[in-house]
Amino acid sequence: MSDRVYRVLLGVVAGLFGAVLIAFVVAMANQGVPAFSKLGFSFLWSSNWDPTHNHFGILTFLVGTVETTAIAVVLAVPIGLGTALALAYLAPRRLRAPLSTAVELLAAVPSVVYGLWGLLVVAPFFRSTIEPGLSSVFGWTGLFGGANQGVGLLLAGVILFIMVLPTMVAISRDVLAAVPHDQVEGAMALGATRWQVLRRVVVPGGRVGVLGALTLATGRALGETVAVALVIGNSAHLATSLKSNAGTIPSLIVSTFGEASGTELNVLFAAALVLLVVGIGVNALARVFVRSVKRSGAESVAVA
Amino acid sequence: MTTLSFDSSLDPILSRRAEIQKIASASVKRRKVYSKIGIALCLLCLVVACVPLLAIIGYTVAKGLPAWNSAFFTQVTKPEGIPNGGLWNAIVGSLIIDAVAVAVTVPFGVLGGLFLAESDGPIASAVRYAADVLTGVPSITVGIFGYIIWVKTVGSYSGYAGAFAIGIIMVPVIMRAAETALRGVPTNLYEAGLALGARKATVARRVTLPVALPGLITGVLLAVARGAGETAPLIFTIFGNQFMQTNPSKPMEALPLAIYSYSSQPYNDLVQIAWGGALLLMMVILILNVGARLVSARLRRERR
Repeated sequence: MSDRVYRVLLGVVAGLFGAVLIAFVVAMANQGVPAFSKLGFSFLWSSNWDPTHNHFGILTFLVGTVETTAIAVVLAVPIGLGTALALAYLAPRRLRAPLSTAVELLAAVPSVVYGLWGLLVVAPFFRSTIEPGLSSVFGWTGLFGGANQGVGLLLAGVILFIMVLPTMVAISRDVLAAVPHDQVEGAMALGATRWQVLRRVVVPGGRVGVLGALTLATGRALGETVAVALVIGNSAHLATSLKSNAGTIPSLIVSTFGEASGTELNVLFAAALVLLVVGIGVNALARVFVRSVKRSGAESVAVA
Repeated sequence: MTTLSFDSSLDPILSRRAEIQKIASASVKRRKVYSKIGIALCLLCLVVACVPLLAIIGYTVAKGLPAWNSAFFTQVTKPEGIPNGGLWNAIVGSLIIDAVAVAVTVPFGVLGGLFLAESDGPIASAVRYAADVLTGVPSITVGIFGYIIWVKTVGSYSGYAGAFAIGIIMVPVIMRAAETALRGVPTNLYEAGLALGARKATVARRVTLPVALPGLITGVLLAVARGAGETAPLIFTIFGNQFMQTNPSKPMEALPLAIYSYSSQPYNDLVQIAWGGALLLMMVILILNVGARLVSARLRRERR
């Protein structure tokens, strides 16, 4: 094979990859746009989902997606950051490597296993213990009204939190551990305590990478399908409390796709298109953050 | 002539020094307490993070192992109430779908990796960036893409459509891992090959690819682990099939899909089978990941 043929072959493969990506976006847009031309943009901010009467508002599901993701992120930021700091600087030296490996391996556990475990183990525990407890302590906030059902918004958010935690921890630990040693030692020489070094030197130094990890985790939470569909209780009504059943865009698509036809199918494709655009946007942003860290010297940023 | 007073209570400098010492030691004390609290909180986060992650593995093993009997591995899925159901058709289906996906994506991904490793232009960096973003796009949208491109065009759900969707998830992983592995090959080996008069294709085939082989294997193992655990892309492409189907042009069953559809069933025997399937899937994926790590650890040792 001459050099020219070889280069052309490699170029064709790369071009084919690009073509598949373009086909991806074009096909999704092609199937998603008819819903917009039939219904206008109004279905995006109508909360009335009633396919039998031709109402196709998906606002409830957009809100559900944002709510579950927000619960996951609010829990993942402090706990993920704390765990990453512990793994990079605080845990006993002999435990750091095995624990880090274990956390990275857990990122690989399939989402359907998280869903199964969430539905059959965590949901009953939520119903019997967590939800009554939260209701009696935080009932005054009005966030915990309604019956204790186990499945619902809160459980979906918590399961998502557990799912994105390994991603968050693995990347944050890498960037936090890569903060230059002389800065850490300089701060210690000035008399800073260990906590001050972590708060004032290490965390600010790894800020961009942690932001990247957080964005990747957000992307994963937004698009998670089967685990959420199993534990959220799939309801088309706007959640009135954290214990309510709810729905997300992916759970809507996966639970109604089989029987959908006509306009409903168009709307589902449009919902998938929205998800794709948001997913591409979030990940493009995350990669910019993670890359700038890589360039600035972190040697082994975990690819998650 | 004035006399120096050694009574510290009268000397303004000494009393000021004592005051400063008092303030400083109070500050050190306070900062040390804060430091202890902060570090304790981080370690607490580590514990909080480990509990659910250990619980999911523990529960899956404890609930899954009892489901592993001979019927589980030899019988096909049976409707509720009929004893002796298994997951044999799902296991075979997963093997076939993943094998088809691997057979197509490995050559494609490795050639793409060669392209990326040998090019530095704007096209290569665009492809690289697109591959990174694609790894994070919600997998449900990949499933919808497979449905639009394959199922709608061909007119039926099929194992091939599933392999197509899984392949799209695997390709970027293989490509980026291959690029990293190929870039790790010492330049002098590559140049020595060219200096001997070999063509670029020959150098790639006889020198760089064999040297990068462990890294390539790592990438393929990780890609398979990633693809084999995906559920959402399969829901829209292979449809599911309660009978044995080895022909990939027909609707098939697969392990993640079977776990998903059984987990929300109200029948104990089906849920039991879902746990068994979850354990099998989780073990396969963890073994693939650990294998990938061992190969790359060995590679690092040899490099040294």
